[in-house]
Amino acid sequence: MAAQVELFLQTLISGFLLGGLYALIGLGMALIMGVMRIINLAHGDLMMVAMYVAYWLFTLFHIDPYLSVFVATPLLFFLGVGLQKFLINPVMKVESILPHNQVILTVGIGMILANLATVFFTSNYRSTPVSYASKAWYLTDFWKNAPIELSLSAPWSLSFLAAVIITVALWFFLTKTDTGKSIRATAQDIDAALLMGVNVGVMRAVTFGIGAALVGGAGCLFIPIYYLYPSLGKQFTNVGFVITVLGGMGSTEGAIIGGVILGIFESMTATYLGMGWAPVGRFLIFVAALVFLPGGVASILRKQRLGK
Amino acid sequence: MLEIKNIDVLYGDVQVIWGVSFEVKAKEIVAMIGANGAGKSTILRTISGILRPKMGEILFEGKPIYKIDPFKLTELGIAHVPEARRLFVEMTVEENLDMGSLRGEARVRREKTKAMVFELLPRLRERRRQLAGTLSGGEQQMLAVGRGLMSLPKLQMFDEPSLGLAPLLVREVFHTIRKINGEGTTVLIVEQNVKQTLLVADRGYVLETGKITQQGTGQALLGDEHVKTAYLGV
Repeated sequence: MAAQVELFLQTLISGFLLGGLYALIGLGMALIMGVMRIINLAHGDLMMVAMYVAYWLFTLFHIDPYLSVFVATPLLFFLGVGLQKFLINPVMKVESILPHNQVILTVGIGMILANLATVFFTSNYRSTPVSYASKAWYLTDFWKNAPIELSLSAPWSLSFLAAVIITVALWFFLTKTDTGKSIRATAQDIDAALLMGVNVGVMRAVTFGIGAALVGGAGCLFIPIYYLYPSLGKQFTNVGFVITVLGGMGSTEGAIIGGVILGIFESMTATYLGMGWAPVGRFLIFVAALVFLPGGVASILRKQRLGK
Repeated sequence: MLEIKNIDVLYGDVQVIWGVSFEVKAKEIVAMIGANGAGKSTILRTISGILRPKMGEILFEGKPIYKIDPFKLTELGIAHVPEARRLFVEMTVEENLDMGSLRGEARVRREKTKAMVFELLPRLRERRRQLAGTLSGGEQQMLAVGRGLMSLPKLQMFDEPSLGLAPLLVREVFHTIRKINGEGTTVLIVEQNVKQTLLVADRGYVLETGKITQQGTGQALLGDEHVKTAYLGV
């Protein structure tokens, strides 16, 4: 019995930690979705780029991946702004038979990034063996006669903490600054935002930049606990997509909750059904969200707050 | 202050505004009345730069504004209170007001203007931390008006400010518009509520299927036979 409880709680903890990181990936995608009405299918590939930045900084200059957040996020911000301005925006202006040309374009951007990484860095698996990689805290360290044993991995906790800090910083930005408010306003009503004097074009570019920076940050937080290869982006694009749908297209709060739900659910399927089943769990939740909660978590929040 | 010269506006290939000309002089309240679909909102959206005139000119204080990026118009002193209010429903009342004062002088004087708006519309002060979507229809209209005022406009344009409001609230909205005008803001109202609008307006224009068919002082239009039968149901 104790062993069962122990396994369950341990799974819950690691699911929650994973969920915090997932939330960061989902946040960026949800922001972009909210303002630009497109799913950014290059999201995971942008994360991969940030991970290579962190990897090379670690390998060449021995810079800790957690510090490379400060290098990778601004870099990804400018990469995002550039992609939006020079590739996506021109396509948005063209009227075409396919209404979602921009989405297809993001697929292409993702492919190019993944293949460029293969060309330059080969398809070898890489990792950043940090000194604290296997450090952990145990419940019995703090409570001698604990009936069960639980552990908390140091790099996982650190990554989670950093994800929380970035999320709080984003919240401050979105609620306390004029630029942040303008981004939210653009997501809610583009024409009204325009009438208020919001430069919608600039907001789109900035939002894409922030979305890329967020997932770039997530990449730096993932690399100490994960491994890196050029095509890893697709998997995380899936994660972001599922979170965005689960959270309610474009809702940032929904993305945070959706991320945590997905993290815990995946962790549970991995423990009780086996590692290979985690993606199945992911898609199960995706389909369940579409069938039972088409408006996502955001629709529940909205109902509570606005009464409709 | 605002001169519209002979504009044609098209949605795709369909022309909806045909050679419309009118003007709004400083400190006036000008009304544009007409039935649903006559093109009233289209004219306001064209002045705001969301739509572009195919022909003709729009001048504000003597300068052409029909080629300027729409987001720069608030800074020139034009506020547009859009139809159906178009508030940012998932933002608080105060955040909505902040959105009205993003640029230039209005940004610098934000807190002062906000105090003034709260003075004029005290219900907004009570509800400043509430989400805009939770306000009643009348309060939402007041917020839309207040949000427009936040940009310190020289000209404030109202698109159907009485839409969906109870008669008592309609009177309150028009009373507020009059008060705003009394403090020196020029007003252009587009309305289907013909009687109330003409009562407060100095001058009015009648728009029918995209063309101006009549004009005159508010009083004169109220007494006009055609206006009476077509819009007042007398």
